[in-house]
Amino acid sequence: MTPLLAQVQEPMTRAELLADDPLWLILIKAVVLMLVGPVLTVVMIVGERKIVGRMQNRPGPNRVGPFGSLQAIADAIKLPFKEQVIPDTADRKVYFLAPIIAVVPALIGLAAIPFGPEVTIFGERTVLQLVELPVGVLLVLAGASIGVYGIVLAGWASGSPYPLLGGMRSAAQVISYEIAMGLAIIGVVLYAQSMATGEIVEAQASGWYFYLLLPSFVIYLISMVGETNRAPFDLPEAESELVGGFHTEYSSMKFAMFFLAEYTNMVIVSAFATTLFLGGWMFPFVGLDSPLNQGWFPVLWFFGKMFVLLFGFIWLRGTLPRFRYDQFMKLGWKVLVPAGLVWLVLIALVRAIRNDGNVSTGQILVIGGIAIVVIVLLTLLLPEKKIEDDDSVPTTGSDYPVPPLDLKVPETTPRRKALKAKAKSGKRTEALASTKEGSDGDL
Amino acid sequence: MTPTALFLAQAGADATVSTGEAISFWVLAPIAVAGALGMIFARNAVHSALWLVLTMLSLGMLYLIQQAPFLGFTQIIVYTGAIMMLFLFVLMMVGRESSDSVVEVLRGQRLAAAILGIGVAGVLAGALTRALADVTPAPPLDPWTPEGGAAGGLGRLIFSDYLFPFELTSALLITAAMGAMVLAFTDRHGKTGKRSQRELVEARFRGEYERPSPKPGPGVFATSNSVATPALLPDGSVAPESLSELIESTSAAKLSGERKQVAGDTPQPDAHSLTGSEEQSEERENS
Repeated sequence: MTPLLAQVQEPMTRAELLADDPLWLILIKAVVLMLVGPVLTVVMIVGERKIVGRMQNRPGPNRVGPFGSLQAIADAIKLPFKEQVIPDTADRKVYFLAPIIAVVPALIGLAAIPFGPEVTIFGERTVLQLVELPVGVLLVLAGASIGVYGIVLAGWASGSPYPLLGGMRSAAQVISYEIAMGLAIIGVVLYAQSMATGEIVEAQASGWYFYLLLPSFVIYLISMVGETNRAPFDLPEAESELVGGFHTEYSSMKFAMFFLAEYTNMVIVSAFATTLFLGGWMFPFVGLDSPLNQGWFPVLWFFGKMFVLLFGFIWLRGTLPRFRYDQFMKLGWKVLVPAGLVWLVLIALVRAIRNDGNVSTGQILVIGGIAIVVIVLLTLLLPEKKIEDDDSVPTTGSDYPVPPLDLKVPETTPRRKALKAKAKSGKRTEALASTKEGSDGDL
Repeated sequence: MTPTALFLAQAGADATVSTGEAISFWVLAPIAVAGALGMIFARNAVHSALWLVLTMLSLGMLYLIQQAPFLGFTQIIVYTGAIMMLFLFVLMMVGRESSDSVVEVLRGQRLAAAILGIGVAGVLAGALTRALADVTPAPPLDPWTPEGGAAGGLGRLIFSDYLFPFELTSALLITAAMGAMVLAFTDRHGKTGKRSQRELVEARFRGEYERPSPKPGPGVFATSNSVATPALLPDGSVAPESLSELIESTSAAKLSGERKQVAGDTPQPDAHSLTGSEEQSEERENS
């Protein structure tokens, strides 16, 4: 629970271990980190198309390579060789700059993610992380907030309305969802008492935060989908409304770079969620001393958890329809932000009581339960709001004759009744003629 | 923080500044200054905002190098991430080609601005000279400790020693937000409020608007699918309703060739000639 104690037990903290790294090791780590984003993008593209395909009862790509697994490579080769179309009205400098601004922060974000515990690389003791900052959490947030510039500027520089609308949506979307995301992260930071990503993971040795801080986790999950512009929140590129949104006017390599940025951002927010809530590189139910949490194994657990989250992204896309823009904003500002604020106050309260040290968990639960019951009882006292029926259809009022809503449709018509009576009386005398007449009348 | 950085960079002879720090300063500082100059001299408002973003980013980097990571990242997240994004948002709403109005609304605004500007410059110069003249070099901070600028130490200071200024600032910000909401709020159900979709449709058909239907898009006869390209009517003329006021359309001169092509006014081959067109026949002769 307390990261300070964990530090005392270890001879060197993560930051000290990382500060010792020789230059070649830093370079190796940096290159590997730079490759993680693009490689996972390639994997994700094929994976997404295959999985969404299965979800929609179709095979997905199955021509290039075994089971279509090389499809992404074919795409990656094709895209740079396509023609670059630059609109006449584009602001050329910003138009060129936008995809670069989108990609670079996305590649930086992984630097603060701890992929594993202490290992030995070529006889050098180190941890699997590029840099452990005292504010590592903020590095990821900063990367996300810079990356949006790419999308917004792309929309503006294209010089046509649909991209402009997409860019503006994206700006509004990211500003509002970053607040919710920040509130969710503050909960974790309060609980772990550290903003360093490595220490947050180690603080989860006694319990992962996804169940300890469930509301934070839920808010983070929702806002991370909003932050990465993925379905059902992919309003900046809503193809049914805005053609392609911010990247409508982009083609060739520049379009590929937006693609890369989107998927790398997905990888980053998933890795970040793993770090903050899912125990990072730790194996569940075993202590830090277990052999499962030593050496290189934890990298596997980390990527396993991350792939579960990435599958969630794909699953969402295959399942949910796109939100309407105002619904989306309503969700962000009227649900997520207030919920995050209330939850944050609760966490701060519990933390303050805990730091006093005289109160046990049981007492907190009992008092909290009483408080909740009182609040629920108080809400019962509130008078019920009368909902005006705005959607009722006017039955009269227009010039057209409209039948009343309670109109009773008679089961038989007078003519049919008469025919039936006639057929009944005629049956006795002339059987053949009456059936003929009766059938004629019915038809 | 910039004066400190300047001081540290100039005191290169002392042991307080490392080579890496000096290099990063001499890279980042010119970029920051260039960004500031670019912001002033850029013609386009969005370009201006982007130059300012550059300045803010390099300031944030400088903070990071000065062992103040919390300050640095907060600078990047708050200023470049949120505030400049709001600026861009507004600028994009205004439209890209709209220029500032040169009409002075406030009387004597230029004079006041000049005096205030000179005053601020004087204050800044005074602060800089004081900062550079006699300063005891501060020991490098350890960002891991609360005293070294970590978030915990900052929070403790804000909520103890500086609680009153902090509360004042928050009151100011909340007042500003409330004011903006009051000014911008329109009651949907009021008389002057926003029209619902149904009311809008009825108003359209009653003729309160230009036309009942949406404006025509590029359409079948257009030669490009960009919305900057005006729609062409079947006879090849430009549909005037399709010209957006928001976006500068492609100039008509550029489209004259395409319009002729659509209208079929391009020179046709002679009725008796066997070749399809003149270019083709020329090609054949050449080959």
